[in-house]
This record gives sequence, C-alpha cells and structure tokens, in this order.
Amino acid sequence: MSHPPLLTLSGLTKAYPGVVANDQVSLTIGEGEVHALLGENGAGKSTLVKMIYGLVKPDSGTMTLRGTPYEPGEPREARADGIAMVFQHFSLFDALNVAENIALGMENPPPMRDLAARIREVSEAYGLPLDPFRTVGDLSAGERQRVEIIRCLLQDPKLLIMDEPTSVLTPQEVEILFQTLRKLKSEGTSILYISHKLEEIRALCDHATILRLGKNVGECVPAETSARDMAELMVGTTLQTPERHARDVGEVILDISGLSVASPSEFGTALKNLHLTVRRGEILGIGGVAGNGQDELLSVLSGEITTAADAVKFDGKAIGQMGPNARRALGVLAAPEERLGHAAAPDMSLTENALLTGAAREGLAQNGFLKWGAAKEFAETIIKAFDVRTPGPANAARSLSGGNLQKFVIGREVLQRPEVLVVNQPTWGVDAAAAAAIRQALLDLAAGGAAVICISQDLDELMEISDNFAALNEGRLSAPRPAVDLTVDEIGLMMGGSHGMEVAH
Amino acid sequence: MIRLEKRPQPSRAWSLATPLVAVLATMLFGGVLFAVLGKDPVEAIRTIFWEPLFGEFAFYYRPQLLVKGAPLVLIAIGLSLGFRAGIWNIGAEGQYIIGALTGAGVGLAFYPMEAFYIFPLMVLAGALGGWAWAMIPAILKTRFGTNEILVSLMLVYVAEQLLASMSLGLLKNPEGFGFPGSRNLQQYDSAHNAELIAGTGMHWGVVAALIAVIFAYVLLNRHMLGFQIRLTGEAPRAAKFAGVNPPRLILFCLGISGALAGLAGLFEVAGPAGQVSIDFNVGYGFTAIIVAFLGRLHPVGILLAGGLMALTYIGGDIAQGNLGLPAAAIQVFQGMLLFFLLALDLLTNYRIAIGKPEAA
Amino acid sequence: MDLSAINPVLLVASLMVAATPILLAAIGELVVEKAGVLNLGVEGMMIVGAIAGFATAVETGSPLFGFLISAFAGAALSLLFVIMTQVALANQVASGLALTLFGLGLSALMGQSYVGIKPPQLGQIHLPVLSDLPVVGQILFSHDIILYFGIALTAAVWAVLKYTRVGLILRAVGENHDAAHALGYKVVRIRILAILFGGACAGLGGAYISLIRVPQWTEGMTAGVGWIALALVVFASWKPWRALLGAYLFGGVTVVQLNLQAAGVAIPVEYLAMSPYLITILVLVMLSADKSSAPAALGRIFHASR
Repeated sequence: MSHPPLLTLSGLTKAYPGVVANDQVSLTIGEGEVHALLGENGAGKSTLVKMIYGLVKPDSGTMTLRGTPYEPGEPREARADGIAMVFQHFSLFDALNVAENIALGMENPPPMRDLAARIREVSEAYGLPLDPFRTVGDLSAGERQRVEIIRCLLQDPKLLIMDEPTSVLTPQEVEILFQTLRKLKSEGTSILYISHKLEEIRALCDHATILRLGKNVGECVPAETSARDMAELMVGTTLQTPERHARDVGEVILDISGLSVASPSEFGTALKNLHLTVRRGEILGIGGVAGNGQDELLSVLSGEITTAADAVKFDGKAIGQMGPNARRALGVLAAPEERLGHAAAPDMSLTENALLTGAAREGLAQNGFLKWGAAKEFAETIIKAFDVRTPGPANAARSLSGGNLQKFVIGREVLQRPEVLVVNQPTWGVDAAAAAAIRQALLDLAAGGAAVICISQDLDELMEISDNFAALNEGRLSAPRPAVDLTVDEIGLMMGGSHGMEVAH
Repeated sequence: MIRLEKRPQPSRAWSLATPLVAVLATMLFGGVLFAVLGKDPVEAIRTIFWEPLFGEFAFYYRPQLLVKGAPLVLIAIGLSLGFRAGIWNIGAEGQYIIGALTGAGVGLAFYPMEAFYIFPLMVLAGALGGWAWAMIPAILKTRFGTNEILVSLMLVYVAEQLLASMSLGLLKNPEGFGFPGSRNLQQYDSAHNAELIAGTGMHWGVVAALIAVIFAYVLLNRHMLGFQIRLTGEAPRAAKFAGVNPPRLILFCLGISGALAGLAGLFEVAGPAGQVSIDFNVGYGFTAIIVAFLGRLHPVGILLAGGLMALTYIGGDIAQGNLGLPAAAIQVFQGMLLFFLLALDLLTNYRIAIGKPEAA
Repeated sequence: MDLSAINPVLLVASLMVAATPILLAAIGELVVEKAGVLNLGVEGMMIVGAIAGFATAVETGSPLFGFLISAFAGAALSLLFVIMTQVALANQVASGLALTLFGLGLSALMGQSYVGIKPPQLGQIHLPVLSDLPVVGQILFSHDIILYFGIALTAAVWAVLKYTRVGLILRAVGENHDAAHALGYKVVRIRILAILFGGACAGLGGAYISLIRVPQWTEGMTAGVGWIALALVVFASWKPWRALLGAYLFGGVTVVQLNLQAAGVAIPVEYLAMSPYLITILVLVMLSADKSSAPAALGRIFHASR
C-alpha cells in the first residue's frame, strides 16, 4: 500500500472560553477506510469534525488532504475538496421539499427536474428510496437521514463524515445503512464514523481513534479490541453497571386506554389508540426512533396536553383533563427531553428552576406567595443529593453542563417522591458517570415502589433498566413485553422494522 | 478580531449599568444632533436635564415632573408585565384614550350633581374602559391566535377616531359655543382630579402610579403569578410544563395593562387636561414603551425611567421656548435612548472578546 | 347623500394608487420575514422615506430622484435595525418598535420646513392607443411609473423566491438558520441584505404617499399604513401575489370610505375613517388560524456559537 493517506490531521487544537475542545489531536484516514471517531459526549468529536468541514477554524495544527495542505475556510470549500457530512441535527429545512433541501447542499445544482431524476437514480442505487418532491417535515427520522446521505452522495465525496447516524434508526435500518456504507467503501469512499456505540464500531470500522476530554487517548483496530477495553479508553475509568435489586411489582397505578391525540406542532406525530398500564415498582421502557410520538406521549402524561378524562387513569381516577400541577399534586411527575427551555428555564437560577415544578409538592408557595427560602433549600437539597456540580443555587441553569443540568432535572422530580415518574431521554447528551447515576436513581425509585416510564432512544439503556419494553412507531405503541427475553431483532420489529428501506444492491 | 461570547449567566453589573450608559450615550449623540440643528449642545442638554430640576423656575417645573411622570409610570408598569411574558401590548395609547372617554363619560353623565361617589365611579369606569379595549386583542389572540401587536395598534387609530367623534358629538359641551371638546372637568368639583396638596403636582394619578409600582414589585418577586409571567417570557415551553395556562396569562397581562392605561387616561382627563378634546392624547402610550424598556421592565427601574422621561418632556418644552429646539428633536432624542438601551443590553448576556480566544 | 357623485372608473384608478404604498411596504417586509426577521419598524421607515423623498423632490424638482433618495433613506434607517438585531442581537419586536418611534420623530424633525408645500408632480405615463382606450385606458394604463414598478416588483419577488437559488437560500435561512449556517450559508449577511431591501421598499412606499397619493407633507402622514402592511404580510401567508390582492383590498376600502365621506353618507366621518383599521383586524382574525406558511425561524435570534 504505497498511496498516501486521504486525510491527515496533526496537532489540531481548538479552545473556547473555559474549555479546550481539542488539544493536539492527530489522526490519519486512509483511502477507502472506515475510520471511527469514538468518545463520550463532550469529548470534542463535534469540534473536530467541524474543523474538517470548515465550520470552525483550528487555533493551531495542520490538515493535509492527499498530500496537499488543506485549510477549508468554509463548508463550501470543504465540499469542493470532496468532503461531505451527514449531521446529527440541524441541517434540514422542514418546510422545503427533498429536492430543495438537497439543492441547498450542493455547489452547482442542476435544474430541479434533472436533480429530481438524479435523486431517484442515486437513492435507488443505494437502497434508500426517496420521493424528491415530498416535504421534509413530513418524513420519518430515518427518511430524513436518507435525504442527508443522498445530498452527500450526489457530490461523489472522497470522505463522508457521519455524526452519530444510528441514533435515529431501528436495528434493521442500521443494518441497511451499514450495507450502504460498505458499498460506498468498496467503491473507494472513505468514511469518518462518529459514535459512542461500541458494537456498531466493531461491526463496521477498520480503525478507531478515541478522544477523551479533547485529547487523543488511543487508537485501535475495533475488530481486534473488546468493547470493554474501548469503553475504558473512552471513559477513563472502569464503569460500574447499575445495581438492580429484585423488585416486587404491585398493582396497576397508571392506566392509559384508547388514547388518541393530535400533535400540537405542525410536523409532530399524532398518538393513535394508545394502551398501556404500569404497576408500582415497575420500570416500563418505551423505545422508538426519534419523532415517533415521544414528545407527545410525555406531554400527555405530564398534563401539558389534556385528553378525554378517562383516557388516562391514575390509581383508578380519571386524570386526562388535569393540567400539570393537578397531576403533580397526585404524584404524577415528568422530566421532558429538552433540558434547556422545556424542563428548565435557561436564564433563571437553579432556585427558580426548583420552584418550576416543586411548588406544589414541596410546599414552596402559600396562597400564591412564594417562599424563596424554602425554594433555595430545595434547590440545595437537589444539588447535594445528586452531586450537581455548580457554585450554588443562585447560578443560572444555562451555566451548567448538560450532564449536571440533567442530574438537577431528574433529581428535582425524584426528590418529590413521585408515585409515577415519566422521563424522556434521561441520559441524552450526558457523560457516562452522570448517566449511570441517573439510571441508578430511576432503579432506586422503582425499588421504593414508584412506577417509572422511561422513554428513550438508547436501547442499551432500556434493556439495562426496564422490566417491560414497548416501542413507539408513528404514534402507535406496541404491546409491552418483558425486557429480559427480547432479542435485538424482535426489538427492531417492534420499532417498525426497516420502514420500507431496501438492502443496497 | 472582535467576537461575541455568550456569558454563562447574565451579568448583574451590566444589567444595572446599561440604562446609565445608554443615557450618557444618548446625551452625547443627542448633543451632536442638537449641534447639527445649530443649537449649542451643552446648553441644550443642560436645559433639558438641569433646568426643570434646579433652574430658576424649578418651583414650577418640579410639580410638572409628577404630572407627566405619573401616566408614563402607570402605563409602563402595565406594559412591562406583558413584555416580560412576551405579550406585546403596544396599543396603550388607545386604551388610554378609551379610559379617558369612559371615565369622563361617567362623570359628565352626573353633571351637574355633586356627590362623593362620582370620582370613584369615574376611576372604576376609566379602568374598565381601558381593560375592555385591551380585551379585544386579548380575546382575539386566545380565540383565533391573532397577533396582538397588530390588533392593539390598529385599535389606537380606531380609538383616536372615537375620541374625535366624542369630542364633536356625544360628549361635546352643550354650552361650548359649538367648539369641539367636552365640559371642563376641572370646573366640576365632584369629577375633578385635583391636586392633593396644592402646588406639588401630586394628584390621584401619582398615588395610583406608586401603588402600581409596589403592586408590580410584589407580584413579580413574591407571587406565583409573577413567577409564571417571568417564566413564560424566558421559556414558554417550560412555563407550560410548570402548569402555566397561556390564554389566562394573556388575558391577565393585556387586561391589567389596559386597565392601568385606562386609569392613566382618566386621571389625565379629569385633572391636568380637564376635558375630552380631539388632541387629548399626546403619545404617553407610546413613550411608556420606552419607559418600560429603560426601566428594564423592573418596577423600580420604571419609576426612575418615568421620572427621567418626564424630565426630557419638560426640559424639551423649556428648550423649545428658550433655544427654539424643535419638539420633534426631543422625540428623536427619546427614540435614540431606546436604541442605545436595546443595543447595549447585549453586554448583559454577551461579552465582547477582542483577539484570539484564550484557553482558560 | 349623493352616491352618483362617485365615478366608478376614477374609483378603481384611485384604488390602485391607494394600494401602491401598502403594496411596496408589504413586499419589502415579506422578503424580510421570509429571511426569518420580523421588522416592526415599517411605519418608521415609511415615514422617513416619505419626508426624504418629498424634500429631495422639492429641492431638486425631480420626483424620480426623490423616490430614489426615499429608498436610500428607508434602507439607511433599516441599517439601524440591522445593527440592533443582527449585530447587537437585540429583541426584534422591541427594536422594530424603537425604529418606528425614532422614525416618527426624525421625520417630524426633517419635515419642519416642508409643511404646506406642493411637490413637483410625477407625470403619468402615456401609451399610445392603450392609454386612450375607454375605461380600461384610464384604469390600467394612465398611472405613474412607480405604480407599475410596484406590480413589477411583486412579480420579481415572486419569481425570485420561487425559481431562483437566491430565493431558495433566502427561504432556507428563514426556515432554519442553524441548518443554513451548518451548510455554510452566511445567515447574518443574507438577513442584512433582506432587511435593507425591506427598508428601501418601505421608503419608496412612504414617498409614494407624500409625492403622489396626497401629495404634500404632514407629520405622521403614514397614519398606520406601515402597520397595515405588516398585517398584510400575514394576510398574504407570505405569498407575493396574495399581498397584491390584499393591498388592492385595503386600497379599495380606503378609497370607498373616502368617496362615501365625500358623497355625504349618513355615517359620521370618524366611523368611516376607522374602517380600514377595523377591516385589518377582521382580516387578521379570519386568517390567523393558519400559520403553517410562516417562516419557522421568524423573529428568532441567531448567534453562531460553536
């Protein structure tokens, strides 16, 4: 093998106020190689790929593309040099159609009609069928990813960067994606694959670079390295798996039957004829690909969306028409997915954020007048009990890191002694230590006799903590099944299988 | 290279300092403006800010400060509650007019009877009138999702036409020799919002403004409803999650700001203005928007800002008389103040970094 | 009352004249909002355009030059809004209000010595044959050039938004500025250009009021037309041709009520005069239910952090 590597990074450094996102990172990607970039949330993976894609300029260090210096000033230049990227978030326009979305990612798009024909052609060739004239907002998460991939493929990239691509896919869809990627690789395209899912990397990648706290901490050949070794490189310490005590499952406490609601947002998902029951001491895991009704389900349970009274029953009592505070008074608590702006107000202090849901159950208000002293105490209790790293309760929520804020949000609900706790994506974007602490808290809560509904897209997490598992697919909920004896294939089918994708041929 | 960096949390120091810096910057640029108009800038600034307080005729101007400041504070307090929650009532001018019309209408209906309860009834009618006028955008917003900014503003023009119609028709003084305008309420004891202490400018409107400041302070800092208002403005989704009922909040915020603007109109028409006339409204409803922002939507800040804005009104009048400074120049001056304030607000949430970022 | 005093041909012709300032301002604001920016300063930019155009026309004797300067003046004032919202990241609603308050004051200051003056007239175009057609000629082919410019501008904006890459990028920025940024588009630069365009259009619209529709200068003469233009953008669901339709509707209401006033209808003048505002509210109510075509990023602040 004598030809030079496709892309070499050496000593890339990028600092932001208060944090060095990348510190002397070097790596080499060969022609036709699938290279994994592995690391926890906040390890600096995103910053690194943004530098490669020209969105961020490195403070120091050099990049070399096929032996010539490579300094993209903007994504346009990166694309011109054959580098394409599939983003994890934020890069599609809901109100525009597929073809328009794709045209926006190209330098010199052909006229719409030709482009539409090209889209059809390429999408068929790679087993990712797409109608160019559909509005992107109406597509499922998997289909939206197809739009991004096709957008890249139309430019014949030499290097395709994929940022956490499988977080929005069912196991079956992941398999199809891998076939597509292997086909690309066989055609000579290099792929930089970013993930924290070790099994995927072992299945797909030729080489892996591991980042921790912005530093390059190791390289390996994934197929020859155990998942455990990679995990320890990534996290830095040996991980402890949450302890699971045997639990007694009690009587049914929450009962949803025949629930159908429209989504409040334009491109949301309506819930269709939902049935579920949860018992005291049970953790019900609800899986599913993003955008299949998770937000709506949480809102229905928290009381942000009200429904017919007897569609939701708590302890035999119809609560469907109750608002969030009436439900809190009963003991039905929730923690939404979006930390900043939904579960917490970014610019408000932690004391005020403690008040946000704690007023009723913690007695933080009397006749409508606020007891600031009590609210501050409650905030301090949460900070202490959940090891939230912050100078104090007077600090704004937005000043906390994702993991710390999530611990605060979960802690705020857990400490209110819920009868039923509903959480959505409790460990999303959270570092491993915080994630473990949060899962442990949920397990302890159930052990104490509360019912927990954990909505998550992280299947490993759900398998780790839930007693029963159900999946959301296009607003429909599958019948719950005991989690212990489910196989990955069965889970995938519950999540909707491959959603009409084909295997690449 | 100059860049903006978001602060991890809002800076308290800048939050307090920006209004002062904005006032200074406005004085500077206002001075330039006055110089361009051929006036001595130092003299003009001195006339506007010094003369009413400490000049030769301060004994006359100081009471005026209360007279002009009270409606501004009263209206701005109401507006600030809505602004905090992201509910934009910009039609306070219309609610002010309607409050004056309903209040004066009730008073005139009793004419010439003298009774102690007439004035309280007028106060009630004024508040109700303003409230009802503000309920139009509120109900349209909660029912149909109609933009309250546009509706409340359109209603200003409607109210102005109503005012004209009333001063030419229904409320016209039958003994007024055909001139437009109502009877003068200053000459009708039971309806007159007279000075409480002669020569101080202190009338019921001033008292109401002070009560409103205290009320708003307690509401925002000590009460759940105030917390919900702030929460809705900061993070609407979090507010919903916290159990806030958005339609109810819209009705409350628009209603209270309408009622306060109506009160301001009533106190004005029954006191300093004296009668309903075509040119009764002088833009307090719009200037109050500046006052609300200048006071950083904080009750105490609004009290100070109302005083400052009243000062520019009075000082502007003096400068008009003494230096021939056009009235419009003061309007520009006030607009400038709002610009500087909003622009400098940046410093509360962002820090300006020069050069390359350094690792900490 | 004498309804026969109303000449239908003149009525329709003057309807088009009355609609033009609203149309110009609304088309400008439509582009601004398509880029995801809500500029409530339309009224302020219009009135500054009105006096700038008026003063220039009076001083130079050229109405066309006046129109040119009014566009510059509107754009110059919108530059303030740019500084506030795109550089200093201030709240767009508050900044727009500030722009209007400031513009009203500034125009009054600029216009002091122009009250009561008649501006030079911009001639009507005369097309051989067409302009001489009975009825149609007078309605359609005997107007000033700016009126036709307004219609042409509507067509141009429609075509650009629908068929060109520039239009696609503009819509993309208004739809999701983070995604547009991630693809490497200069969100702030595109928005600044849109805001300046909107300012120029509003300035033109204002000058149309002071130079053609009225024509003279009085303080506060735009009397809410800028706000009606804002309402019109909602009415039009952000579609240029519907903005044209809406402008003609509002122009029609204005002209009809003026004609009714002149004809001495038994309704008091004040109630007729408030009708355009009431109808604006009514239309807003009818069309507010459907916000699906509103640009998704409208009014949101963009700051490229990491």
